[in-house]
This record gives sequence, C-alpha cells and structure tokens, in this order.
Amino acid sequence: MQRKDDFASRRQHLANLSEAQLEERFWQLAHAIVQPLIELAEKNTSPSIERSVLLRLGFNSWEAKELVQAISDQGLLSKGAGHVVYVAARHWGCDGLTAGRRLLQGQGWDVVHAHFQGKGVSAGATQ
Amino acid sequence: MQPNEKLNIEEILSDLEQYRPRRRGWSWRKPVPNQTAGPFTYKQTSEPLQQSIPLPAGKYFGGIDPQPDCVITSEIASGRFEDDLRRMRMAAWHGADHIMVIRTAGQSHFDGLIEGTPEGVGGVPITRKQLRATRKALDLIEDEVGRPINLHSYVSGVAGPEIAVLFAEEGVNGAHQDPQYNVLYRNVNMLRSFVDAAVAKGLMSYADMAQIDGAHNANATAREGWKVMPELLVQHAINCAYSVAVGMKKSNICLSTVPPTASPGPALRYDLPYAVALRELFKDYRMRAQMNTRYIDSDTREAIVTHALNVLISRLTSADIQSTITPDEGRNVPWHYNSISAVNTAKQALLALDGILDMVELKQEGPLRERVRELKERAILFMEEILEVGGYFAAVSQGFFVDSGQYPERNGDGIARDPRGGVGADTVVPRDPDYFAPVCAHFGYNRVPEGLTSPCDALGGCTLCHPEKIAYVDELDPEDNVTKRLEATQGLREAGLLVPEVEWSGDGWINVQVFFPTDVRTAEAAALEMAKRFGLTDCEVIHRQVMQPAEGTYLEVKGRVPFAIDPSQLVIPEEVPLLSEDIIRQEVAKRPMKVVAATVGEDEHSVGMREIIDIKHGGLEGFGIQCFYLGTSVPVQKVIDAAIEIDADAILISTIITHADVHRSNMRRLHELCVEKGVRHKLLLVGGGTQVTNEIAVECGLDAGFGRGTKGHHVASFLVRERYKRAQEGAPNHVTDRGTGC
Repeated sequence: MQRKDDFASRRQHLANLSEAQLEERFWQLAHAIVQPLIELAEKNTSPSIERSVLLRLGFNSWEAKELVQAISDQGLLSKGAGHVVYVAARHWGCDGLTAGRRLLQGQGWDVVHAHFQGKGVSAGATQ
Repeated sequence: MQPNEKLNIEEILSDLEQYRPRRRGWSWRKPVPNQTAGPFTYKQTSEPLQQSIPLPAGKYFGGIDPQPDCVITSEIASGRFEDDLRRMRMAAWHGADHIMVIRTAGQSHFDGLIEGTPEGVGGVPITRKQLRATRKALDLIEDEVGRPINLHSYVSGVAGPEIAVLFAEEGVNGAHQDPQYNVLYRNVNMLRSFVDAAVAKGLMSYADMAQIDGAHNANATAREGWKVMPELLVQHAINCAYSVAVGMKKSNICLSTVPPTASPGPALRYDLPYAVALRELFKDYRMRAQMNTRYIDSDTREAIVTHALNVLISRLTSADIQSTITPDEGRNVPWHYNSISAVNTAKQALLALDGILDMVELKQEGPLRERVRELKERAILFMEEILEVGGYFAAVSQGFFVDSGQYPERNGDGIARDPRGGVGADTVVPRDPDYFAPVCAHFGYNRVPEGLTSPCDALGGCTLCHPEKIAYVDELDPEDNVTKRLEATQGLREAGLLVPEVEWSGDGWINVQVFFPTDVRTAEAAALEMAKRFGLTDCEVIHRQVMQPAEGTYLEVKGRVPFAIDPSQLVIPEEVPLLSEDIIRQEVAKRPMKVVAATVGEDEHSVGMREIIDIKHGGLEGFGIQCFYLGTSVPVQKVIDAAIEIDADAILISTIITHADVHRSNMRRLHELCVEKGVRHKLLLVGGGTQVTNEIAVECGLDAGFGRGTKGHHVASFLVRERYKRAQEGAPNHVTDRGTGC
C-alpha cells in the first residue's frame, strides 16, 4: 500500500491533547495491541516450550528434542510434555528421567493414553 | 590471575562439567557522585576499577582512568569463542562490563539447542559448554578488574524458550528478546514467535536478566533510517508492553535505540528529538544506546566521529547502557584492537561530556519540542491503525513495518509476513484444560495436580531449583570442536612463537596504511603489488579514499604474515629501573649537580623542556638539580659555552622539529662540538623530543635520549646513575673516541 503523508489531517483528534494525555493514549494503545497476543501465549504451547520444560526436568537437549517429537507424534503435546513424563513416572514409580527414557524406547505409551482418555481432567488448581 | 600472565584457556576448559555460575541477574555500575580523580571532580562516574588501562591522555593527569556511570558494551564474537575470551579480557581492562556474544549465522533457525563448540560464521554457536567457559573466564576477569561483567547473548529464533532455560541455568546476565525481530527479520511464524516469547521472557524475568529489544534493526534495514522513527517507538512499545504483561520488571527492560541518522546529514537535528521523545514515552524503562551502523563505511575515522556524536546524544538525554560498534565493522569481522577502540570511543566521549546537563539544557520550546510532539503523534496514529486493521498480525501481514515512508506516509516497501507462514508455522498447539508443566518459571496456563504446592514438586524439583540436575553435554562433533582448534595452534604456544593476530590465534593478519600519488584504481593495484612483495598472503584492499583524483589515494591493505617471530631471538634493550626519588635527592644533596638546558636550532617549542626542568611538574629542580634554562632557538655552540662557563655536569637539549632530520643533526653537532672543545668527557649529553629515542640519541653520539612521555624523574635518574657509574669507573673520557653513526 502506498499513501502520501496525511499526518496534518490524520492528527486532528490528537491536536488538543496535553503531553500527559498523549502519553497515556500511547500506552493504552500499546496494551490494547498486546492483550490478544498475551492471551494467545497463555493458552498455547509449542515444541520449543515443551522442550524447555524437559530441559528443566534434567533431560539433555537431544533427549528433549526426541521426546517432544514422540509426544507430538502421539498427539499429546497439548497435555504438556512434562505432564506425560509425570504420568509415566507415577505409573512406574520411578523418577522423571527414567520415565522419559523408557518412553523414548517406546514403552508405556498405552498407559499414558489410558490415563488421559480414561481419567480426563484431574482435579487441580491452575497456576 | 596476574596481569602479566595470559589467560589459561586449557585450564578454563577443564572441569566445565562441575562449573556453576556465581550469580544470576544483571549488574549495573555503582555511581559515585562528585567523585575525584586526579585534578578533576566528576558528576557522572562510577566506582573505579582495581586494574585497568587508561585512555592515552590519562598520563597527563596522573594516569587516571575514571569509569563513566553507564555500563559499556563490547560485542565480541569472532567465530572461535576460545580466542574471544582473550579479547574480552582486553575489553574489560579498557572499561567494558557488558560482553555481548553474537550468535553464529543460522542459529535462530536451529530447532533446538546446539551442543559442543563448533566454529561459527559471523558469530559464535551459543552452547552450554561455550557459555560455561565464557562465564568461567569472565569470573576470573571480573575479579581481576574489580567490577562485575555481564554476559549477554540472544533469546530468539525457534528455540527461544530452550535458550532462555539455558541462559537462566548458566548465569547469562542479559539477552536480546523481541518476538518482532523473529517475525520481521528472521521470518519465524508470528504465532510461534509470540507464544514462545512469553515463556522465554518469563524465564528471563525469573533469572533477573536484562532484556534488550530489537527495534534498532528497523534503522539498519530501512533505506532511510530516520524515516522509521515513528515505527521504532511502536516496536519498542509492543515489546515493552508484552514483556510487562508477562511479568518482567520495567527496570530490567532496555530499549535498544540508535541515533537513526549520520553526517553528512544534519544528524542531531533528526536524532535528538527522537531520543527525547523516546525517553519521555519510556521514562520507567532503561536505555541501551547503540551506535549507528546503517551509515558506516570502511573509513574507521568517520565511524569513530559518528560514534562520538552518538555518545553526545546519550549524554544530552540519558543512557543506562552505552553500546559500542567497532569502527571496522564496515570492512571486516571486527578485529581485536578495534573492539578496544570502540570501548575507548565511548569512555572518552562519556567522560568529556561528564555533567554537561549542569551547564546546558534542551530548549522547552521551538523546533525540538515541535518535533518531539510530532513523533509521538505519528507513533500513536500508527498504533491506532494497527488496531483498526485487526491487530498486530494483520498489520504485519499488510506490510506496516519497515516501510521506508515516515508514517503515516507509506511507500509500500515494508516487510509483509503471512500469519500462517514462516519458519515454525503450524507448530503452536492449544493447551488442554489438564495441561501441566511440572517446572518453575513457566508462563501461561498450568493446571497443577492437587496436593502439590509448587509445580516442580511433581518430579522432585527442576533444574532452576536444583542445578545439579542440569544435563551437561561436552562435545558432539569429534572434528569441529575447541580441542581440535587448540591443537592446530599448540605448536605456536609451546614454542612461544609470535604471529600477528586480529581475530584468531595465529591468523597472521596485518593492516598496512599507504598513500600512493596516483588515481584510485592504479593505487589499488599498486597497494596489492606492494603487499605481495612484502611477502603477505591473502592480500585485500579494505579501505580506499581519494585525496584528489590525480594527486593521490590513501589505502589500507590487509594481508597475512607468512612467518612467526621467535622472541628468544630478539634483541630487547634492557629496561633500567628508575632510582627512587629519595635516592636521587640524597645523591644530589651529597654532590650538587648543575645542568644547562635549551631548545636548540630554529625551534620555538619550550613546553617539553620546561616540564622536564620545572619543579611544579616534578622536574629536575624538584630533586635539587640546579638548572640553567637558556630558552628556545638557541645555537648549539652557545649551549656548550654556557656549560663550560658554569662548569655544568650535563647538557640537555630539546629538539622537536624533525624536518630534514634536523633533530639528528642537532644532536650530532652537540657531540662533535663538545669533542672539539675538549669537554666531551666532562659532560653528560642528553637529547629529548617527541621523535627522539635513546637509540637515535646514542647513535648521534649523545649519552641518552628521551622521547614522548618522559618525566623529570626519568632524566634525573639517568643523570645520577650515570654520574655515579662514571665515578666508579674512574675514566669518563671513553666517550671522546666514539664516532657518530648517524
């Protein structure tokens, strides 16, 4: 799109604002622009986000990458990669790293699926 | 670590598996109002360093090295981090306390973390091992200089959240993070970029890191950098508002701002109103003042002037971080000494402008205020239209950003991106109602199972709470790694051989400055031929500047030196330690000393000699030496006559003018006339001047020569020591037989 500089006419509604009012308007607009973006971020996740969760659980970077890929392939990324590991670890009574490595060997996916399909949403508090 | 010991890279690389950073978060300098250094009181300086290298002119003021109040950045990333560590140490000694490591080309599209230590292109692959080694070296360096040093890199691309975890774990102190940068310049899918950014920013907030945004890239990309100023305000606002919404402290959010224009444009008339508008709108945030790169060319002098003028804007407004750009950025990968030059440009300009706003103020009416107001209004109109078209994603898809028109003018050449396209498209997944991430510092919806107080309790704690859980990976590539690279230069180090270096150990690069009295094309060919005949390899002309189309061209040509120097084969003159001031005074008190001093020939320079003599400057008089100063433009004959008349112990001549080697002929004549008159054995003959060295003076028959930077103490120490030595030897007339070699 091409447009000549129409600043003089376009600014008429700002002309009488004080400096303080102008700055207030500036920040109102900025917050209005980012509000839907923040809501999007709160409600969504991504492979990188889930790998960042697995890193924080002590997996190394290529384990995190493979495990997130496997979880994604199983259609479970929306549950959270750490959640999948947590479910498997509870089932086996082992730590998270062991559980994740067993999942990477192809074990336990039936248990994980059964958990999420069978029990649905477990009661809990959001943070 | 001792100042005269080199960084031990092998030691730094050892036991990295066990290394833990000593702190998290960013460190600001500690301002000291009304601080005194040498003869001056400063308004805008911070706590001094324990060890540092002052600006060259510092020696005229007692060797002071005041440190400005703002953090000073040095961007260091040659592709081999192990060589960069040494440059970081040099930069820290000159006053840098923010080391910014640029990432290797392509890392922003790398879907995951890179491990090990592969060589980079245009930057360094950021990995856990590289970060640990760098942070470990900076620990040593910050202890050495006595000030915390911030390590900084980039949290962007398609692995932002993982890199943010890595940085939080490894004590990285600051990072660039701006989802708009990904979208506009790296073509990362915009949903992915913003969703990832929130998690990354959350982690950066947890680690108390400073964040720098990416708005300055619009300057560097737009055809006419100054026309994007309204958009820059908008980009800053979007990243700031987004970061605050995630939970980042405003005091950790730094706006990356560049004066958009450069001379020969009337730069300050454009750049100053922009700087003022920015600081008024973003008064709660920090300013990271960057230097202009958009209009940088191969002329380092021009770049340095532009950068000094950029610092003027920082001081006329404000800067929390003064970033630096190497003056050779327009010609090659920055060289070691140009990184230091950039740090010194910032330090020098900041100190020169210390307290300037106590004396001048920006006008509150007239063109400055009118332009500030206009920029703010243009930015507001920009944001109004973003909302009108349906929000940020819609605006980007319609090419709102990086358009070369000054908004609301639009030239239709902005960067447009498809919300469904780009790298990482279709990878964002909605979190289910039972989504759970069993870790700390996780932004967004997180349903924690009942009975857990903290999400990370679910699996026994996360790496942020329990760093011992961090998985350390050493190397993945058996060939492309730091050990192999160090092996290649091990021979040089073990044999103690010296090869010139500007980027990497043993690279051999040197730069030759040359003027040829001919046109530019002929001069360029001549410069390359010259460099070839010098024996240099890989020769390339890196700067050319016409002095006059027919009369001549100035060039700089780089090439590699194909040999190494063995320092053990060098003849290095022994450094004679100075006698203490007390011993000199005692010796002179026991046996009085008289000297005759003059500036000889047709030479009216008197300052240097007066400083050597004058008691006020710590000169010879201060040691009790009786000085007879004859003035300037004194014939050599007259100086000798005066020495004979008062029975002087020594003659001091100053000879500043060097045209047609007159300094050499004056010294030679002094020696020869003394021999003729039969007094050479009675007199110590000393020559001084800016182009005089001890070697030149001795070649010309004198006993000693002193050049630039000489103090009275040096001369007094020589006179007393030499008189004593001759008295011990008992036969001072050995000098009478000596011919002159010049």
